[in-house]
Amino acid sequence: MRTGDWALRGYVLFVFVFVFSPVVMSMIFSFNSDRFPTIPLGEFTTHWYETIFADEDFWKAAQNSLIVSICASLIATFLGFCTAYSDYRYTFRGQGAYLGIILLPPTIPLIIMALAMLAWFSKVGISGQVYSIIFAHTVLTAPFAMAIIRLRLNQMDESLEAAAWNLGASEWRAMREVILPFCLPAIVSSLFLTAAVSFDEFTMAWFVSGLNKTLPVHVLEIVQGTIDPQVNAIGTLVFLVSMTLVIIAQLAIFFRLNRSAK
Amino acid sequence: MNEPLVVLDGVQKNFGDFVAVKRADLTIGTGEFIAIMGPSGCGKTTTLRMLAGLEAPSAGDIRIGGKRMNDVPPHQRDTPMVWQSLALFPFLNVRENVEFGLKMRGVNANERRRRALEWIERLEIGEFAERNIETLSGGQKQRVALARSLVTEPQLLLLDEPLSALDAHLVIRMQGVLTRLQRELGITFVYVTHSHSEAFAMADRVVIMSQGEIAQIGNPREIYRAPANRFVAEFVGRNNILTGTIESSDTNQVTINSALGHFSAPTEDIHQKPGRSASIVIAADMVRITREATTAENTVVATLISEEFVGSIVTLFLEAADGTEFKVQLQERALTDLDIHAGGQFHLSWATTDAHLLPENS
Repeated sequence: MRTGDWALRGYVLFVFVFVFSPVVMSMIFSFNSDRFPTIPLGEFTTHWYETIFADEDFWKAAQNSLIVSICASLIATFLGFCTAYSDYRYTFRGQGAYLGIILLPPTIPLIIMALAMLAWFSKVGISGQVYSIIFAHTVLTAPFAMAIIRLRLNQMDESLEAAAWNLGASEWRAMREVILPFCLPAIVSSLFLTAAVSFDEFTMAWFVSGLNKTLPVHVLEIVQGTIDPQVNAIGTLVFLVSMTLVIIAQLAIFFRLNRSAK
Repeated sequence: MNEPLVVLDGVQKNFGDFVAVKRADLTIGTGEFIAIMGPSGCGKTTTLRMLAGLEAPSAGDIRIGGKRMNDVPPHQRDTPMVWQSLALFPFLNVRENVEFGLKMRGVNANERRRRALEWIERLEIGEFAERNIETLSGGQKQRVALARSLVTEPQLLLLDEPLSALDAHLVIRMQGVLTRLQRELGITFVYVTHSHSEAFAMADRVVIMSQGEIAQIGNPREIYRAPANRFVAEFVGRNNILTGTIESSDTNQVTINSALGHFSAPTEDIHQKPGRSASIVIAADMVRITREATTAENTVVATLISEEFVGSIVTLFLEAADGTEFKVQLQERALTDLDIHAGGQFHLSWATTDAHLLPENS
């Protein structure tokens, strides 16, 4: 038993090291003065950060990433809430299929989704725009939003909404006064998580963005041409932003949900 | 009785092929405390939900205060409900929960606060007014739920098994709180429960439901002493039921012939046909138990199977020669000179006037 415990802990530790060491490496080399990532390290420098902050392309990409992730997270969370609520509130024929279709996008390989989006967007003439990336990311992240909010709704006492009607709230009023406040932690969590996924996402953004690069696409373009420690700096920033969003999302779920659960 | 506040007129509720409530007729007066009681699935909660507008009747009419309510949505009725799960809003504190109904009616914030605090004080939870719901005990939550429903000063309060989640000693206390409130406010309570003790302790009238139908309506004493049919007699419990065929009947008494002998019960119906099958009910606390044979009108010899103590009340379970089970209820101190032991033979007897003939077709 004891040995098994330690083996498991060791294994988990190994997995974390394996997953995070490239990120940590990238962070370390982003402050390294040498052009090539070699050991021993050169001197400490913030040169690469200064370079990217002076680069107009970087700012443009960062702006695109921000716009896309904010818009995608808002739309995805709205759609996610609507679908989760309709599933919670009503019983209808084909409900299983309805849920299945909504949860489908994350199960499709990204590259296939991205290609399909590109083909379809081109056909209807909406490819290569910032809003094309917003569409694509909304499709990708809405299922996560729905899953999070649905989880929260399932914790809700079935009588809660009826109790609001019973006390004089119309259906819209009950939605505003009871359902939304109850779901608030999940909605906040969903906003941050979908924003993080969108901020990070490379494949679909690369296919449908045309000339409107997001940060991950920008990084790829640098890497394709040269070996440039700028990518370490950008990578570090993107990682920090995404992790912050994810951590806030997790806190919103676990801290607030647990506090108000029975 | 006062002029009726609530009228159910042939109300029926179907869910697909399932009939949850079958042509129910019920009139509830202003200021009455009505308990609707029955086993789970008998339609009692559905009836309550129809009063609150959460279900629409499939047939028949519901009138409250003379107005037909069938299609009035729940938020336009003034029929607050105390829920089995309490359904307090977890993201609001005690005072905000109580204010909810007033807020929905557009009462301004100061007035809302004042009236909410009044009710919170009245229900003796003043010190918790600004607390989170989760920090309260079951009994305190119960009081919040009551305050939340009463704050709008409705004429009719619906209660759906509100005490079922409480500890036994709290149930008794809350029963006291409920009956006192109901008397003081003079409003109508419709109280759904599966608990005999709650219904009989509090209600002016009890409605017994079985499989969607109203089996009997009456005050607790009537239900207990004069069950309208076999279902009620068995559901109320602690009743002995003897079945046989009618042998003879005269102006005030009917006698049946059963496997255990002849038994009599009073009757007002002089047209009891001999030969018809009939049942007589004798409440367990009306049966006398002795070791020696008696000369009483109705006697049975039975063997003691087991006993059950609840406080100072003892229930003895006995079996007669043909396998009929008898229940005898008596005070614990009455046992001392009886020398009870399992397998012992006893003589049971009761007065004819304490027996009750179940009406025909039941």
